[in-house]
Amino acid sequence: MEWLTPQWQANLLAMGQALVILLGAVLLGAVLTVIERRLLGLWQDRYGPNRVGPFGSLQLVADMIKIFFKEDWIPPFADRTLFVLSPAIAMASLLLSFIIIPITPGWGIADLHIGLLFFFAMAGINVYAVLFGGWASGNKYALIGAMRASAQTLSYEVFMGLALMGVVAITGSFNMREIVNAQADLWFIVPQFFGFCTFLIAGIAVTHRHPFDQPEAEQELADGYHVEYSSMKFGMFFIGEYVGMVLVSALIVTLFFGGWHGPWLPPVVWFALKTGFFLIFFILLRGSLPRPRYDRVMSFGWKVCLPLTLVNLLVTGAVVLLVPG
Amino acid sequence: MLKWLITGTWSQLRTMGLVFMHSFRKRETVNYPDEEVYLPPRYRGRIILTRDPDGEERCVACNLCAVACPVDCISLQKGEQEDGRWYPEFFRINFSRCIYCGMCEEACPTSAIQLTPDFEMSEYRRQELVYEKEDLLINGPGKDHDYHFYKVAGMAIGGKDKGRAQNEQEPKDVKTLLP
Amino acid sequence: MATIHVDGKAYEVNGADNLLQACLSLGLDIPYFCWHPAMGSVGACRQCAVRQYKDEDDDKGMLVMSCMTPAADRTRISIEDDEAREFRASVVEWLMINHPHDCPVCEEGGHCHLQDMTVMTGHDRRRYRFRKRTHRNQYLGPFIAHEMNRCITCYRCVRFYNEYAGGEDLGAFGANDNIYFGRHQDGVLENEFAGNLTEVCPTGVFTDQTHSDHYTRKWDLQFAPSICHQCSVGCNISPGERYGEIRRIENRYHGEVNGHFLCDRGRFGYGYVNRTDRPRVPAWRSQSKDDPVELDVDAALGHGGSALRAARRIIGIGSPRASLESNHQLRELVGADNFSTGISAPEQAGLERMTELNRTCGLPTPSLRDVEAHDAIFVLGEDLIQSAARLGLSVRQATLARRHDLASKLGIPTWNTDAVKTHGQDRLHPLFIAYPSATGLDPVAVRRHALAPNDIARLGFAVAHAIDPAAPAVDDLDSDMAEAARTIAQALKAASRPLIISGASLGSTSVLDAAGNIARALARRAARGGLMLVRPEANSTGLALMGGHSLEWALDELTGQSADAVVVVENDLYDRAPRDRVDQALAKVQTLVVLDHQYTRTLARAHLALPSASFAEGDGTLVNLEGRAQRFFQVYDPRYIRPQSRIHESWRWLHALGASLHRRPASDITLDDVTHGCAEAHPMLAGIVEAAPGANFRIEGLRLAREPHRYSGRTSMRADQAVAEPRPLQDPDTPFSFSMEGYSGHGRPRQQVPFAWAPGWNSPQAWNKFTDEVGGHLRGGDPGAKVMPLIPGHHDYAGNLPDAFQRQPDRWQLVMMARLFGGDETSSRAEPMQERAEPAHLTLSERDAERLGVSEGLPVGITADVGEVVLPVHVDPGWPDGLAGLSGGIGGGWANGFMVELVPAGNRHNRPAGAGEARPWNG
Repeated sequence: MEWLTPQWQANLLAMGQALVILLGAVLLGAVLTVIERRLLGLWQDRYGPNRVGPFGSLQLVADMIKIFFKEDWIPPFADRTLFVLSPAIAMASLLLSFIIIPITPGWGIADLHIGLLFFFAMAGINVYAVLFGGWASGNKYALIGAMRASAQTLSYEVFMGLALMGVVAITGSFNMREIVNAQADLWFIVPQFFGFCTFLIAGIAVTHRHPFDQPEAEQELADGYHVEYSSMKFGMFFIGEYVGMVLVSALIVTLFFGGWHGPWLPPVVWFALKTGFFLIFFILLRGSLPRPRYDRVMSFGWKVCLPLTLVNLLVTGAVVLLVPG
Repeated sequence: MLKWLITGTWSQLRTMGLVFMHSFRKRETVNYPDEEVYLPPRYRGRIILTRDPDGEERCVACNLCAVACPVDCISLQKGEQEDGRWYPEFFRINFSRCIYCGMCEEACPTSAIQLTPDFEMSEYRRQELVYEKEDLLINGPGKDHDYHFYKVAGMAIGGKDKGRAQNEQEPKDVKTLLP
Repeated sequence: MATIHVDGKAYEVNGADNLLQACLSLGLDIPYFCWHPAMGSVGACRQCAVRQYKDEDDDKGMLVMSCMTPAADRTRISIEDDEAREFRASVVEWLMINHPHDCPVCEEGGHCHLQDMTVMTGHDRRRYRFRKRTHRNQYLGPFIAHEMNRCITCYRCVRFYNEYAGGEDLGAFGANDNIYFGRHQDGVLENEFAGNLTEVCPTGVFTDQTHSDHYTRKWDLQFAPSICHQCSVGCNISPGERYGEIRRIENRYHGEVNGHFLCDRGRFGYGYVNRTDRPRVPAWRSQSKDDPVELDVDAALGHGGSALRAARRIIGIGSPRASLESNHQLRELVGADNFSTGISAPEQAGLERMTELNRTCGLPTPSLRDVEAHDAIFVLGEDLIQSAARLGLSVRQATLARRHDLASKLGIPTWNTDAVKTHGQDRLHPLFIAYPSATGLDPVAVRRHALAPNDIARLGFAVAHAIDPAAPAVDDLDSDMAEAARTIAQALKAASRPLIISGASLGSTSVLDAAGNIARALARRAARGGLMLVRPEANSTGLALMGGHSLEWALDELTGQSADAVVVVENDLYDRAPRDRVDQALAKVQTLVVLDHQYTRTLARAHLALPSASFAEGDGTLVNLEGRAQRFFQVYDPRYIRPQSRIHESWRWLHALGASLHRRPASDITLDDVTHGCAEAHPMLAGIVEAAPGANFRIEGLRLAREPHRYSGRTSMRADQAVAEPRPLQDPDTPFSFSMEGYSGHGRPRQQVPFAWAPGWNSPQAWNKFTDEVGGHLRGGDPGAKVMPLIPGHHDYAGNLPDAFQRQPDRWQLVMMARLFGGDETSSRAEPMQERAEPAHLTLSERDAERLGVSEGLPVGITADVGEVVLPVHVDPGWPDGLAGLSGGIGGGWANGFMVELVPAGNRHNRPAGAGEARPWNG
């Protein structure tokens, strides 16, 4: 046991944590597919999947068996390499973003001092997955979906970054732990309310969740960029979307809702509760809001959200400069 | 602009609130087959062929149901019995094509074809969804208890001579010159 | 031309028409019942009322019956006028007062003129609360069903039956509210055109009984444009199929040939297509004594190919009831030197003579419509009503047309039927008939000369001589004949358009020569006449143009063993040649390949029997008696309902058999390929390509639909076999589709119309939408192409005059008498036809009967070289002594001109065996 130096112990602990967080994120994403259907059922006065296992709890298992055994078909007209690559990129880029999330004071994979920028980088890479997928499918619906997705993601990422600059300015750091710690007394939702609003909207948009799901609008595009995908390749896009949801929820919690901070309960529970709240909020959004027209989405992003973010940034900057300490 | 933004935001939030309140509503769906479904008598389910109050087949093989059918899933062949009645030699409905629109029932001039409140017709083999006359014909008048086509129509059949239908005079004697 | 104003719009119309005709020709809808394009107006039903205005200032106007009002120039009418509409609605309402509530069980439903008109006028509620009058029905025979309750007293039936068709046993009885249309008592309707009542009757009083026995609504039938195969007239028909059976035959309007009407043989004789004993799969046996084994196509062709390869020489026997394509393909298979037409030598000689006469007599061959425009007709040796019934009907109209001429002198329009008839009375255009027995046209003939064939010829030659002294004279003609010849010649010379009709019925080339001489004599007088020669079978004309050896030649080759294999196409040799002779020939044959769609005695002996297509399952071309090549198209594919059947057109089988014989890979062949091949191989038949559009023909890029757009049961009719629906059948041969997809409208002119339907017009009256004017020609042109053109120039008279007929002391000269019902090979296999046909009999004169000591109905044995038959005697008072008339269609090689011995068959219980032996299924 001599090799088990404290350095190694720390390494092993970090690896263990990384594994747990990764698995947790993926599993949560998968479970969310069922939870979403049950919740939508609830809000639409019906039951949702409830036949497999007690209260439909084994629905996920059934779905997994189904999706694993589906024919993994690559269309003959597709660009094989890109076609196979893109779901992997989609999944990987989102999972990598979890590196920077501090779950509790002791939990978290990497404590990067450029944490936020890393997230933006990964979100940027995620666009490639969609673009590749749409292009490689060799299908006009997929291509239009991919075009919509990339245009939408690019537009909304512009002010997604800017929305967080208020938080960064107040904290004076890109490091996530420092940002959380800076909220020990006051959650940033209060001073950065508009930053929160725009980040929330941008977060929905970059994950292509309702009501910003034009890229995969099934009525007009027959599922958009992943129309030609089947089996687990489709599964990776599909789970990827939910993992993205988890990621954005966790980020909102970390950046605006004080992360693990909270009275009485252990930090991990607070973090889970807050994240869960936003996950349910995402699902509620889907259950209640209709999908706007694509041009409305773009004009809303550029004409409303971007100016709002800029004003928020200006005011925050002024306040930070004028109020010392 | 600001007003638009505020009312718009409020409207969205209100919607979400209203939808959320559905969490506490009663569910509209039932847990079929654990719970039984109530189907109104005029529900458009499995199609049957009925008999007239005298117990004879009502269908006269006029082909109107077949031509009314938008998916062309009814086919039949006219036959004629000794007593002059028309009847279907075969009557086939391909339920794997049927859309239960009820147009056949609308078209039927004799109330023979009727839709019933029964939808439990699933089969593992599609071929078994092809129903022949013996699968369709029931031993009763269905929803229409009284109608008897041949008592209205002018054609003579065994047991109902010319002039015996509703609103009919006795057959004319062409050899008389009296008015 | 005249200009009329209808609802404020000006139209150019034919001023000789009435307003109803004019408006219908323009495509304007006016409801009507009693008017019929072929029978004119009587103004009985009051349904076609419109408002007529005196001039443009008149805003009151008055209601007139459009069918009784001339379409004079500057007529102003309104169809849409409120009062006129209301009047028409009232008329339908009162006509419907007694109409029974039985459309669902009425065979007319779905193609009913009364339904159409009721919908057109908008009547949909019964207000009359009192009781309906009812009638009892009559039995009218196996063809026509009767349901008098449905009658609306339009009088069309009796006008058609009595006036147009010359029937005498249908009439209107009773008075006021109890008018009854029927016979004086139950019984078979005697007229040969009674079937047209089903189309003439605007509602369901007279319906097709043969259709009712396996009834299908019109919208559920699959149609194709077809040609009647039952005689040489080539009427256009529209057969309807359902569930793999022909369900009925309807008239397909052709402006030049059949117009609106068919004969009953053509309409009701389709049953042979549906016979259950038809061969449906190939059958093979290597030895005649073995039982045949059913094989699939490839195996059968393989056996057939190797058997034929082993043969020293193959003879091919074609058939005048098979299409040109099939005969041509057989000729290709065996070579022109080995090809026999399958027609007996005397008959073929007659056919060749007819072809020659049609081309060189100097007078054109008229179409049936043309026939009606001739004003003096001489028929030599034909009972037209029996041998070419539809032609007979046209001849009747030609004689009646005198009334039109007389009426037009008084300014009475021809459509005003009652006035025309009253004025004309029984003044008719002259019709002379020379035929031994009574014919259906006798009532309209000036005189019928009951003569023996030779005397008919002599009379004809005498007529020719009387017209043109340059024609050879007939010596020692008795005074009666000479007088007759002068009268006939006078009438023909006086006519502006004389018509000579003759044909093959009596099997005498002298009669044909005589007819030819008259025609040439008339042609030299530059008369606008015509010569019509009646052939015995549907494609006799075409096969004569193609040429080939006679049947006797083929049998001799086989008997003499100079050939050891024979391929017979759609021909029952036992029907055309004596049984012993055929037996002898076939006994010597190593390989007998028979293609037929009926289970014939020849097919029963085949080593390889291939199931060929009847007219309903195949495509092909026929040439009718006027030299009009007409294409018939496949109505249905038998494999759709019976997937196990392997029925193909004979030409397709023969092509594949040829490939197998020469060890070539079997290539696809289409109708267009074989039609072009046939046209190229036979210069005389070059025109047949033009007879119908090829397979690539499209209207607005669409094929033509075989099924009406309401066709039902598509996803169910085959579901009992397999619930998965097969791909709709493809048709590489024709421009038609086996589905409701495709063009079926009337907006674009087209020649080939599988079925007539137009919005609001479900009955046969829909044909008015397809014609350039009502009763005119199809707007796309009447289908078919004339081959056999007239060769201009003078041609010499025939000079070989026969001797006068001398009665023999102990022998009788046989005369085969054409029989409409039961007289042809195929339709006599149809059940209702067998019921309708009179049993075969022997006709004798009174004196001969007395001499033999027999009387009506007693059996007599008839003996000749071909064998013996026993038939009941029919004594015909006018029949010439020394002749023995034998009912046609009894088969067995019995033919005209035989000298036969007659022996009374003493035992009355002896069942007349002749017909039974000759054709066992004909009872």
